[in-house]
Order: sequence, then C-alpha cells, then structure tokens
Amino acid sequence: MEMTSTPLRRWLSRGGHFVILAAFVTFCAFPFYWMLITTFKDTHDLISTTGNPFLFNNPPTLENLRVLFVDTQFGRWLINTVVVGLSVVAITLVLAVPAGYSLARLAGRWGQQLAIGIFLTYLIPPTILFIPFSRIIGAFGLQDSLWSLVLVYPSFTVPFCTWLLMGFFKTIPKDIEEAAMIDGLSRFGAFFKVVVPISMPGLLTVVIFAFTLVMQEFVYALTFITSSSQYTVSVGVPTFLVRGDVYFWGSLMGACLIVSIPIAIIYNFFVDRFVAGFTVGAIK
Amino acid sequence: MSADVVRARGLRRFIDDERWLGRLLIAPAVIYIVALVGFPFLLAIYYSLSDATVGSRTLHFVGLRNFRLIMDNPTFWESLRNAIVFTLVSQVLVVVLAKILALALNKNFRGKWLVRFLILLPWVAPISLGVIGWLWIFDPVYSIINWGMRAIGVFGPDTWPIWLGQPKLAMASVIMVDVWRLLPLATVIILAGLSSIPQDINDAAAVDGAGFWRHLFRITVPLVMPIMLVALLFGIVFTFTDMIVIFVLTRGGPYDTTQVLASYAFFTGIQGGDLADGAAISLFLFPVLVGVAALFLTMARRAEVT
Repeated sequence: MEMTSTPLRRWLSRGGHFVILAAFVTFCAFPFYWMLITTFKDTHDLISTTGNPFLFNNPPTLENLRVLFVDTQFGRWLINTVVVGLSVVAITLVLAVPAGYSLARLAGRWGQQLAIGIFLTYLIPPTILFIPFSRIIGAFGLQDSLWSLVLVYPSFTVPFCTWLLMGFFKTIPKDIEEAAMIDGLSRFGAFFKVVVPISMPGLLTVVIFAFTLVMQEFVYALTFITSSSQYTVSVGVPTFLVRGDVYFWGSLMGACLIVSIPIAIIYNFFVDRFVAGFTVGAIK
Repeated sequence: MSADVVRARGLRRFIDDERWLGRLLIAPAVIYIVALVGFPFLLAIYYSLSDATVGSRTLHFVGLRNFRLIMDNPTFWESLRNAIVFTLVSQVLVVVLAKILALALNKNFRGKWLVRFLILLPWVAPISLGVIGWLWIFDPVYSIINWGMRAIGVFGPDTWPIWLGQPKLAMASVIMVDVWRLLPLATVIILAGLSSIPQDINDAAAVDGAGFWRHLFRITVPLVMPIMLVALLFGIVFTFTDMIVIFVLTRGGPYDTTQVLASYAFFTGIQGGDLADGAAISLFLFPVLVGVAALFLTMARRAEVT
C-alpha cells in the first residue's frame, strides 16, 4: 500500500530496483567481461599502465587465441574433456535410468529410504575420497589415464541423476504403462518401449547435467592425471597455463571464456529443472 | 469364482515379478555407488589409521597415531579455523545477498532473461576457470580493482593492496570469490521458493494493509525459510569441502592463512605423499557432512508427514 501511493514513490522504488540489479549483475558478470576484453588485447596493451584498461588502447588482436590453439595443448584438452564427458554420460544413463524408474514405480517403503540414501551420497565430497582413490587407480594401472576419470566420475553423476529421474518418472501418469501392459507388454517392456521414449526431456536434462559436472570437475583430474596431454580443460588451463612466472593472460582468459560461455548458455535452459531436483521435499 | 482364483494367482505372480524387477533395475546403480563411494570411504578411514604413503606398497596399522600427530600440528588447527571462517562468513553473505537478489528478480521487468543469464554465469561456468578470471583481477601489478579505485580517487597514490599476498586481504578475497560462485545457486533456489508462495496469501496480506517490511518478515521470510535452509545446506557442503578456489588463487598462502582442511589434505596426502595423514585430515570434513545430512533427513521426514 505504501509502495504504490505516489508517482515519486513509484519512481524511487523502480530506481532502487534498477540499482540493486545493476550492482548484482556487475558483481556476477564482471569477471567474464574482463575475460572477454583481455582475450582480444595485445600484450603491450595488457601490461601498459598508462591507458584506460577497460578499453582497447591498441587495436584488438586474435594473437592470444592463435597461441592458445597452436602453441598449447588446449585443443587436445577439449577433445579429452568431450571423450570423458560422453563416456560418463553413457554410463550414467545406463545406471540411473533403470534405478530412477525402480525408485519411482516399483519400490515400496524401502524405496523412499533408499532414494534419500542415494541422494545423500552426493554430499560426500571428492576431497574425502581422492586419497583412497589415488591408490585404487594405481592398483588398476589407470594412473595418468583418462579412463580413471571415466571410472570415477559416475560416482557423483549417478546419485544426483537417479534422484532427478525418479522425480521425473513420478510425474508420468501410471495409466500410460497400464495401458501398454494391457496391450500385452511386460512391465519391463512398458518401461523400455513406452516410458523411456516419452521421457526424453528428463533424459536430456540428465545428459546436460552429467556433462557439465564432468566439465567442472577438478579435484580428481588434478589427483589422477600427471602428464599434460591427458588433462581435461578444467585442470589443464589452471595448472599448465599458469605455470612459471610468465602468464599468458590473453590466452588464459580466452580459454576460460571459450569453455564457459557455451556451457552457460545450455545450462540456462535447464536451470529450473536442476533447482527442482535440488529442492525436492522442501517445495510442495 | 474360478476367474477370481485365476486373477488372484496372476496378481500374486505379478507382484512377485514387480518386486524382483524393481530390485534388478536398481541393483547396478547401488553396486556402483557402494563400490565407488562406500568402499573408498571405508578405505579412507583405514588409511587414516595406518602408515600408508604414496611410495610404499605395504602399510601397517598404527592406531590413532596420525590423529595425535595432526592434533599437535599448528597448521592443522589453522586450517580448521580458516575452513570454519571461510564457510561461515561466505554463507552468511550468500544467504543475505541471495535473498535480496531473489526479491529483486521476483518482479517482472524487461530484459529479465538476460539479467538472469548474467547472474547465473558464475555458477554454470567451470569453477576453476571462473576463478582464474579472479586471479587476473587480483593480479599484484595489474589489478583492475586497484586501478579503478585509484581512478575514482578512493585509493591514494601510496595505496596499492596486494589482494592475494596479504593475510587478511587474502582471506577476504577468497571469501568474496566463493560468494560470487555460490550466489547464483542460492538465488535460484530461493526464487523457486518465492514463486511457490500462493498468490492468495499475498493478496490477503495486501487487503489487510500489510506494508512492505511487515509483509517481508511476517509472510515472505517464514514461508521461504525451509527452502533457504536447503540453499544454506548446499552452500555449507560445497564451501567447507571445496579446495578449488583456494588452490587456484592462493595455494593456501600467504603463510597458510587461507589454508583450509580440504586443501591441506591435498597438499599433505597427494603432493606430500603422506596418504595416511592426508586421509586423517580429510576425515575432519565428515562431522559437518553428517550434521548437514541429518538436517536433510529431518526435512525429508517432515515433508513426508505433511
């Protein structure tokens, strides 16, 4: 009531709203703006202290990106990341889709407990498990191999994806499977031939989520991988490109930006679903 | 009658089938999780009671010796203290700021999708890469913060803080970066809670003449409380167990003033090669996780009842 009484008040409240949002947007997005401008600055401009650093004092250049792709193994790291990501997504789907369906439809009371138990394992962090893993990986002869990451990453993608899929399958009307089963399909047949195909939005969410988790992962890759040709992007860039006293800031920022922006755009479409997954139980 | 018997028998077989099918479908996932989360976790406990190192293949049971040694180590206590300060300060800031930001985003305005996209960036970009952006922003020679502050006259000609090189400033810097990273997640979670408040409650309050602050503290905050707790719990877990921000920005320095438990466990166990001590240090993360898990369980039970 007080808020909308006079035009002046309304104007003030709108102005305040704008100022608050502008401040937050600056805080959140400034590092990315700074990456963008650094990527295209030439080296002299970067280290000159005379000009305004927010602007291009010398003409923009693609030299930093050339260095990144030609003189470093960045391209290789991108390929490694995609290989690991796709493998982990495949394993995650094979394990989490049946598990999510089982918890949503076939499990009784123990299902509820088990579902919460599976969700809680997502909270056990890599920083507790990486020390025993470093030895387990060695025992399997997988040290310094991308396969070590393919083996270990599903340990955090499967719990959360099972949880997400369980929520998703619960929203599908039971009549659909019952109708399919009356038509002569077994329960498994109904699940595989009817439920899975109409669950594509849920499966897509899981694919995106598992893939982005792989791109974000840092601790295991840092622990298991030692040779630069086997790095993933999230470890290769901060360890290999930041070594020594000479920093190639332009190339570094370019690397960060090239990886971050596409993920951010894709993720943006799915964010509401992830939030629903995070908050099951608290919102009704 | 015979039809009933047939149906009952068919039904029973059907139920039996379902039960086994349910177990069969979930078994691979459970086995994978037990093998790759449960087993390594037990191994971590075992290592912490042994003399395991990276080099040697054999290990011996040494009881609580590692824990006793750690307790005598001042760096451990410093890391524990830092981890608590790092987590508490950043999470208080995240919850307060996220609440303000969520209220601002809960209105409709033009360009909202763009604002949301920009605000989500820190959360969705790979953490280690976003943090490198801050490494450049905090650069001792070319820090844009210092340049900007000097340009608008806040810093005099003699003021040039080294953000990651001075103990107090370094802690403030890593806290700021952690707030930056977790603010988007907390905001979208709280936003989901805000939009789940039924409109008639807001309308009823407006009819009763509740002003902005009254409405905020009597209606919005209490109703969003459970979901703010969810945001807070995730924030605590992600911050307390994190080592990426610290590893990229300061490696625990200067003089261990930003060393936290997770990074200290890494430097001891992996880089120092002392698996036993590293495992023992990282296990100190566990009580906090148990506490968080217990709260989650309480909330899940309450949600089940209502």
